Amino acid sequence: MHAESEILFRDSAAKALLDPQLRANFRRAMDGLVAKRRAQFPDPKDLQDLRDLSTAIRSRSLLNLPALLEKLEKSCTKNGIKVHWAETCEQANELILGLLQARGAKHLVKGKSMVSEEMHLNAFLEAHGIEALESDLGEYIIQLDGETPSHIIMPAIHKNKDQIARQFSQKIKDAKYTEDVDELTAMARRVLRQKFLDADAGLSGVNFAVAETGTLCLVENEGNGRMSTHVPPLHIAVMGLEKVVATLEEVAPLYAILTRSATGQAVSTYFNLITGPRGNDEKDGPQEVHLVILDNGRSRIYADPQLRATLRCIRCGACMNHCPVYTRVGGHAYEAVYPGPIGKILTPQIEGVGVRHDLLHGSSLCGACAEVCPVEIPIPDILVRLRREATHEDPSSNVVGKGTGRTASEDRAWRIWAGVLKRPAIYRLATWFATRFGWALPASAPLIKSWTQFRTKPVPARRSLSERMRAEGGRHD
Amino acid sequence: MREVYFYGTCLVDLFFPDAGMAGIQLLRQAGVRVLFPEGQTCCGQPAYNCGYWEEAREVARTQVALFPQDLPVILPSGSCAGMMKVHYPELFHGQPDEAEVRAFSARVYELTQFLVDVLDVRLEDLGEPVKVTWHSSCHAVRDLGLKGEPQSLLGQLSNVELAPLTRESECCGFGGTFAVRHPEISGAMVCDKAADAEATGAAVILSTDGGCLLNVNGALEAKQSPLRVQHIAEFLWERTHAR
Ligand code: SF4
Repeated sequence: MHAESEILFRDSAAKALLDPQLRANFRRAMDGLVAKRRAQFPDPKDLQDLRDLSTAIRSRSLLNLPALLEKLEKSCTKNGIKVHWAETCEQANELILGLLQARGAKHLVKGKSMVSEEMHLNAFLEAHGIEALESDLGEYIIQLDGETPSHIIMPAIHKNKDQIARQFSQKIKDAKYTEDVDELTAMARRVLRQKFLDADAGLSGVNFAVAETGTLCLVENEGNGRMSTHVPPLHIAVMGLEKVVATLEEVAPLYAILTRSATGQAVSTYFNLITGPRGNDEKDGPQEVHLVILDNGRSRIYADPQLRATLRCIRCGACMNHCPVYTRVGGHAYEAVYPGPIGKILTPQIEGVGVRHDLLHGSSLCGACAEVCPVEIPIPDILVRLRREATHEDPSSNVVGKGTGRTASEDRAWRIWAGVLKRPAIYRLATWFATRFGWALPASAPLIKSWTQFRTKPVPARRSLSERMRAEGGRHD
Repeated sequence: MREVYFYGTCLVDLFFPDAGMAGIQLLRQAGVRVLFPEGQTCCGQPAYNCGYWEEAREVARTQVALFPQDLPVILPSGSCAGMMKVHYPELFHGQPDEAEVRAFSARVYELTQFLVDVLDVRLEDLGEPVKVTWHSSCHAVRDLGLKGEPQSLLGQLSNVELAPLTRESECCGFGGTFAVRHPEISGAMVCDKAADAEATGAAVILSTDGGCLLNVNGALEAKQSPLRVQHIAEFLWERTHAR
């Protein structure tokens, strides 16, 4: 039994597991990323020091969040960046549509932005007759096929070279079939260069927004971020409200740990610091810069002292690269904008813990994510907390959908479980039966069947440890 | 004479009693008197992990009460030790008996942790040459914070060759209720773990945890592999005591 509109991770994951190509693509790619990250952190002590520092910076930013956001708005305004606030994705979409329509813009070129994915901005703009073209190579590849990102850093990682080669030869005008990566990249570049020149607006995400200086920091490898933010006359940046830090100095360690954790790079190819529109004496840059700051449930998450840690995330993707579940099922199985471990705690907090109850349980709580997270988000602990929220309606909690994942059958099962285990005499009786007759349990009993799909049936020992200790002369020492 | 409590854990009690006995023998061999209070059931982890904290607390309380003296509590399981040491303080946060539970948690050790870090045992290998492989249980390492204690014990055995898994620290897919709530994912994980273990050419795969062993053993048996699983306590005891 489950909540009525519950989305079952189990079903989509099971489907993904049957696709050997997909599994091979993810495994290969994730192994590569894990190895590259490891090579960047040869000294465990240095890594821990940098994690401690990064965690402290992000925690401090969140502690002062309201003040920092106010300051950010002031500093940006001083720099000529117009700041807009959106409580919901709908509001953010309308805001951006308004900005584009007011300037008669028809062609928007986009740098990579997960927040815009969260808003489903492309579909919204297209419904209003505005082309939104992804210019990040990975995003461009999946946009051609009408897909969503399967990874927050490498959105097209579910595809291999051959699949992309086939796709390009079919979807790009005048393209010839090639599996040469340089030629494929050149093909995309040819299309995109023209789009940059034709675009009347550019959109980007923000990796860090600096409150003190009003600077928007953008980390990227392809130069498309710089093109999207500098070539068209109008630049719109979108960010989640948690992305703010106090000073430029604080960006340095975060940047260092972000690129190393994400792609195993000591530095990214581009690091853009955007401080406002083109000045009077400047030859390039947009004439207008706008910053849209999105809430979409974040201030609610912020209000809970434990769940707030979710907002420390710098979106490096290391948790998914190291996750034994993600590396096997890939990103699409999560049916969410943010896949992997961070998605597992973020999505239910935004969409509701009841409708995502099954996702919350799609983890063995192995802790590989928390072990590598550069800002030490205790993802397993938060998962356990959210599992509780899903099944208990705590009056003091503000979690969306709290208690809606509760079922009478699960309640009963845990009550019986506790009833047996807190009464040693009953437990003793139960184990006596299990040791004598456990072998006789039918392999078709529901829980056992789940187990025996891939394993033999577990058979209890003939005599339990307690029984043997008791037999050891009646003394228990 | 040094005294300790031994907490068997439900999985060892029911599925791996030999491992529990071996753990007790290893402690005795090191000159420790072992107390095994009656009334042991389960640390409460399954309910805790599923969000049923009241139920977990009810059970945990009965267990804490079995260990009143200020003595170390030794568990042949990294996962249950992690629950009692790390998660009990969270589970009892704000409860009237929090202080008592915290004091208990501070006394909890996983078996190999106690053998190495506290007793600093020296083992003499009496067994035939054998090749083994090692699966490090996620909770033993990431929750409890084992720092290679099991491997260092194995390293003391002169006739034991340790052939590492390709993905030693990757989860075997057990995860308690996860194995039955998400059987497909869990199954994919354990099949990979079994294949990894077989590829080492080892005769036996060892671990600190009954959950992992039960899981990996089931997958190995299902593919009729000659590879066996064994709890590290049982393996160490078999090789170091004179028969
Ligand atoms: S949760 Fe941590 S590891 Fe995962 S994306 Fe965020 S910062 Fe990176």
